[in-house]
Amino acid sequence: MTKRNQRLLGVAALLIGVGVAATLGFTAFRKNMMYFYTPSDLAAGTVPVGAAAQLGGLVEAGSLVRGDGLKVEFRVADCAKNIPVRYEGVLPDLFREGQGVVADGYMNDEQVFVATRILAKHDENYMPPQVADALKGNPDTGKHSCMPFKAVDKTVAAS
Amino acid sequence: MIPELGHFALILALGIAFLQTVAPLLGYQRRDAKLLAFASSAAQAQFLCIALAYVCLTISFITTDFSVAYVAQNAHTDLPMVYRVSAVWGAHEGSLLLWMLMLSGWTFAVSVFNRRIPAELSALVIAVLGVISTGLLLFMLLTSNPFDRLFPVPLQGRDLNPLLQDFGLAIHPPTLYMGYVGFSVAFAFAVAALITGKLDAAWARWTRPWTTTAWMFLTLGITLGSWWAYNELGWGGWWFWDPVENASFMPWLAGTALIHSLAVTEKRGLLKSWTVLLAILTFSLSLLGTFLVRSGVLVSVHAFASDPARGLFILIFMAVVTGSALTLYAWRAPKLATVGELHLFSREGLLLLNNVFLVVACAAILVGTLYPLVIDALNLGKISVGPPYFNAVFLPLMVPLFVLVGFGAVVPWKKGKSVETWQRLKLPALFAVAFAIVVPLALHGRAALLAVTGGLLGAWTIVAASQDVWRRIRAKPSFVAGIASVPRATWGMTLAHAGLGVWALGVAFVISYGFEKDVRLAPNASTEIGDFRFGFVGATEAKGPNFIARQGEVTIERGDHSVTTLYPQKRFYPSQRNVMTESAVDATLLRDLYVSLGEGFEDGSWSLRIYVKPMIRLIWLGGVLMFLGGCLAASDRRYRLAKAAERRLAVDGGAQAA
Repeated sequence: MTKRNQRLLGVAALLIGVGVAATLGFTAFRKNMMYFYTPSDLAAGTVPVGAAAQLGGLVEAGSLVRGDGLKVEFRVADCAKNIPVRYEGVLPDLFREGQGVVADGYMNDEQVFVATRILAKHDENYMPPQVADALKGNPDTGKHSCMPFKAVDKTVAAS
Repeated sequence: MIPELGHFALILALGIAFLQTVAPLLGYQRRDAKLLAFASSAAQAQFLCIALAYVCLTISFITTDFSVAYVAQNAHTDLPMVYRVSAVWGAHEGSLLLWMLMLSGWTFAVSVFNRRIPAELSALVIAVLGVISTGLLLFMLLTSNPFDRLFPVPLQGRDLNPLLQDFGLAIHPPTLYMGYVGFSVAFAFAVAALITGKLDAAWARWTRPWTTTAWMFLTLGITLGSWWAYNELGWGGWWFWDPVENASFMPWLAGTALIHSLAVTEKRGLLKSWTVLLAILTFSLSLLGTFLVRSGVLVSVHAFASDPARGLFILIFMAVVTGSALTLYAWRAPKLATVGELHLFSREGLLLLNNVFLVVACAAILVGTLYPLVIDALNLGKISVGPPYFNAVFLPLMVPLFVLVGFGAVVPWKKGKSVETWQRLKLPALFAVAFAIVVPLALHGRAALLAVTGGLLGAWTIVAASQDVWRRIRAKPSFVAGIASVPRATWGMTLAHAGLGVWALGVAFVISYGFEKDVRLAPNASTEIGDFRFGFVGATEAKGPNFIARQGEVTIERGDHSVTTLYPQKRFYPSQRNVMTESAVDATLLRDLYVSLGEGFEDGSWSLRIYVKPMIRLIWLGGVLMFLGGCLAASDRRYRLAKAAERRLAVDGGAQAA
């Protein structure tokens, strides 16, 4: 083999390698990309059943129900809508009713969000930025406030 | 008074850093030896100022001077002394000061140990480091002054985040920063080479020990961070592909590529401009890591600053430093012509392949880490990229790297011979195959694909990598003489590669044979996991210096005999009203038993996380071995001898040129 051929072979091998890596990468990327949704997004039904998604909002006060073993159900709400969430496992230390939470999982065909992982942050005053943004609903005030959320809270409690 | 002294020292340091940048550059332009010599003095003075500021802040913490805002936010009169010292870097402002201390410390080291290299190069390196110092000091003084006063003075501080009250944390950030910041020296050497246009084997030899030292500290820092996350976060994982972890891992991958390409540049005079580019990229990734962690764009335990001005400043600073270095590179790199030829089947060819895989892995992680941020910034939605992406991309890319390590140890420079290579590698290959089949079966009774692959690659890496040392010893008449003849750099390389193999074994076994179970247990109930029976006795009250806790008692039995009793805690820190999970671990080299408390229920039962993690210690042992390998390689005798020899050469050369 001549030097030139050898070099061509090397370059070809390199290109193939990078190509394989890129394909692998993009396939994995597409499969594992999770979009963040608010309860309103999910309630609108735009997210297909079974697709991986992240749900963020506030844990509705009084919605936590414990089942057998480590099964729990609660509702995650934003200013307008709420979504029932089902989870089995140990809840994080800072999981509280009325606090911000982010859940990874998917919607099932009963319109229940099945969570595979629950995140709550290590600070009581802390709200995940996605949740804070999601609660920014009111453009007049510009800052996140739970006032509109609390109104939802009451209607739920009343219903 | 003491905080004012510290503040003043910082301002003084800024002035000195500015001079440290300007004077040597002027000196280089005007060929003025006095101005060049000023660089070292400036570097040393700047280090003294920063060290003084650092001591002042530490004193403020020890005396819990709550009139300093930063102390008030991160200390408490009940905080134990060791955590008062480590609380200095427990949040944004102080960790920046630590960053600065490291940077000026590295610059100081350059000014002391570089007396043997040409004055011009040394002065330029210090000047480039001065640019970085100036930028960071400006950043500190304008946006994040740790000495800002607070009025009225609070009676009590808000305490250090309880997550950070752990010994692993006390040493994790300083070692990590040593590494991050250490790459600034390689960066400065690269920029200096671009300015002078001179890049030869001697340059590579001067740069190598600095880079290796930075790399080994980064390795240790990441290892400690992983160990800390395992112990403190209560999830039992050792790596989460969290963006902040990625932020430290990307410079590690680029830095690993850099130390390998530097070897090629030193030994064969090849890949010069690639090495320079890598040095620039590695430090840029370190800056990117600082930006990601400190700007508040990420959601993480590490993200302190949420002031957008800070993020913007770091972003601009990063753009200026990286941008100007890359511009300089585009302009000057063509001067760094390479002579000689590169065969793919030679040590330098294999090292080039190593670089390709490392850089591609680094790029894949970069995409996964930054893409969600870019999408968010463009208002296209909020996404996150989960750990499966990183595993799916990273692990396959590591396979060829491990195979290469074995070849790299036996294939010589310039041109390898396939027959000779096969002769040297057939035994290691045979051993690795046998190991990969026997060990998983013997230890766990079943051969998982991942465990076999990991066992194969790990054993191969360890055995094949030690070929180099083995052949050197065999070449000598006696074993003792043989051992003595192996240079430290070779020991270092072998040890680091063996560490990589040990790491692979740990990863493969812990993923393949680990058990994880979340379970709710009433007092005196038990559950079985693997061969172990975990019995929950109950939970009682316990009290620490600044927390109260519920302490669980979990007995562990295997067959008929008792293995151990673990006491995991759920701690409550009243000062910040924070709850913390303190896991309990029984560790041996072959397996960890890990228990952490979830929540207590009204009926006295608790939710527990119970994990059995085979060989997880090997993951951190691998990291420690890589660190030790780095220590040996960086302290190799030839760097010290060579420096003296080159100085003589440089003097002669200078005389001839004149």
